[in-house]
Amino acid sequence: MDFKRITVISGHFGSGKTGIAVNMAFDLKKRHGSAAIADLDIVNPYFRTKDSEKMLSGAGIRLICSEYANTNVDIPALPQDIYAITDDRSLYSIIDVGGDDRGALALGRISPEIRRENDYDMLYVVNMYRPLTSDPESAAEVMREIEAACGLRFTAIVNNSNLGRETTAETVLRSCGYADEICRITGLPLRMTSAVQSLCPVLSGKINGLYPLVLKEQQ
Amino acid sequence: MADKVLMKGNEAIAEAAIIAGCRYYFGYPITPQTEVAAYMAKRMPKVGGTFLQAESEIAAINMVYGVSSTGKRVMTSSSSPGISLKGEGLSYLAGADLPALVVNVQRGGPGLGGIQPSQSDYFQATKGAAHGDFRMIVLAPASVQEMAELTVKGFALADKYRMTSMILADGTMGQMMEPVSLDLEVEPAPEKPWAATGTGMKRSHNIINSLYLKPEQLERTNFERYERYKAIEENEVLCEEYLTDDADICIAAFGIAARVSRNAVNEARKQGIKAGLIRPITLWPFPKKQFAEAAKHARAFISVELSMGQMIEDVRLATECRVPVTLCNRAGGMIPSPDQVLDAIKAAYNGGDDK
Repeated sequence: MDFKRITVISGHFGSGKTGIAVNMAFDLKKRHGSAAIADLDIVNPYFRTKDSEKMLSGAGIRLICSEYANTNVDIPALPQDIYAITDDRSLYSIIDVGGDDRGALALGRISPEIRRENDYDMLYVVNMYRPLTSDPESAAEVMREIEAACGLRFTAIVNNSNLGRETTAETVLRSCGYADEICRITGLPLRMTSAVQSLCPVLSGKINGLYPLVLKEQQ
Repeated sequence: MADKVLMKGNEAIAEAAIIAGCRYYFGYPITPQTEVAAYMAKRMPKVGGTFLQAESEIAAINMVYGVSSTGKRVMTSSSSPGISLKGEGLSYLAGADLPALVVNVQRGGPGLGGIQPSQSDYFQATKGAAHGDFRMIVLAPASVQEMAELTVKGFALADKYRMTSMILADGTMGQMMEPVSLDLEVEPAPEKPWAATGTGMKRSHNIINSLYLKPEQLERTNFERYERYKAIEENEVLCEEYLTDDADICIAAFGIAARVSRNAVNEARKQGIKAGLIRPITLWPFPKKQFAEAAKHARAFISVELSMGQMIEDVRLATECRVPVTLCNRAGGMIPSPDQVLDAIKAAYNGGDDK
């Protein structure tokens, strides 16, 4: 997989952003040697990138996250080393943005620097099985709210439609038309369709740009 | 909608409330229940309902009082410290015999405590949410599916008995995501001839009030209310029994603690210990009969809780202290592990003392 120096991952909360971000960080590490993952989630109190800290540091991936993540300090704090993402030009990074427009506000803080670097992708993660983005129009609406909040434009769609542990190959296949329609409405390309690795043997050949989720988020 | 969707527990409560016909939500944000309010803010305008972020929890519960007086289905939600603030309003709702759904997605306490999951508001919910003689129907979900189903059930019970139903969840239940079917069975709200909806010049005024000027009259309403409570204790107990028929060691646990305990029961059975689990779904009314029945053959009970031990008192009362009841717990936002529960089962099986 080809990467720009900065890959921003955003979407409706619960769309599976963090799972995608963690998996992509490992790909990034393999391809470019240096990799960081930045947790900019100021919305979600419990399940965060920091849960995967041991796994990430074990693989030599730098975790940039608020020192208050996963503590009882319930304040929307950003990581203090956030500018490493834009200022350290030897560093390839994944930015895991918090859900919805509220989460994306935090990204706005470094949007000017990201635009200045002009070497980024911004991926919109969608899940058809989340009620508030279950039709393409609603998904596109949430996407525009996020863009308005952070001041950056998405560059591609990631279809991560899943039903948690009840996901089957059929669950994923049924979502392809939905993802295609979001691409048509927004004019953006489909970067990939992600699915847990165990389903990929059945799905391969049936889906273009299949992305196996090898690593599970630590919960 | 027969197909499943993927939802957070907090979202499932909000959507189920809308499905149940609730069109009025008043709340104030607090972790870990904020998604209930956030979801309502997005959805209520689309279904012609009202979402209002009140200036405080106290304001929100009094808005609930107002809407309920007009006979409409209405709810509020919060987490532990916010529920304490609502206490006065809960008592007034009870005193005026008004139906309402109140959600508590518990966090660690006391005081401001922390944002991690807890079950330490059990006493508050089942014994004394505020001043005066009153009860609330307390429902304890153990999955995202139950968050949705018990919300619908809570509205129906609240209307049926003219009182508050409380969903007593915890941070884990609120934050976790699971597949859920929103194909929920909804009973239409009953007629509410007591509501203040205008006389139409056809009847005298309905007065919604909790003040009684004559003590004899106030005593009578209390007696009448407790007759209703008695009917609820007889007819509305909900509880899940898992492998209790032949259990030597019987666990009592609700919510997330019950999920952890179920794993421990399975493991204990593999290791040759006949363990079982009683999971109260209604914490009030408490499943006394089921516990009394299990106490006929169980050698010991273990109450597994995310608190310093609150439900354990009801387990002891229900089993009439015939067998030892021990506590297996974590507190302050921590969750017992299946191994911790398994160790407690082994200790009880090997004749651990009642400590």
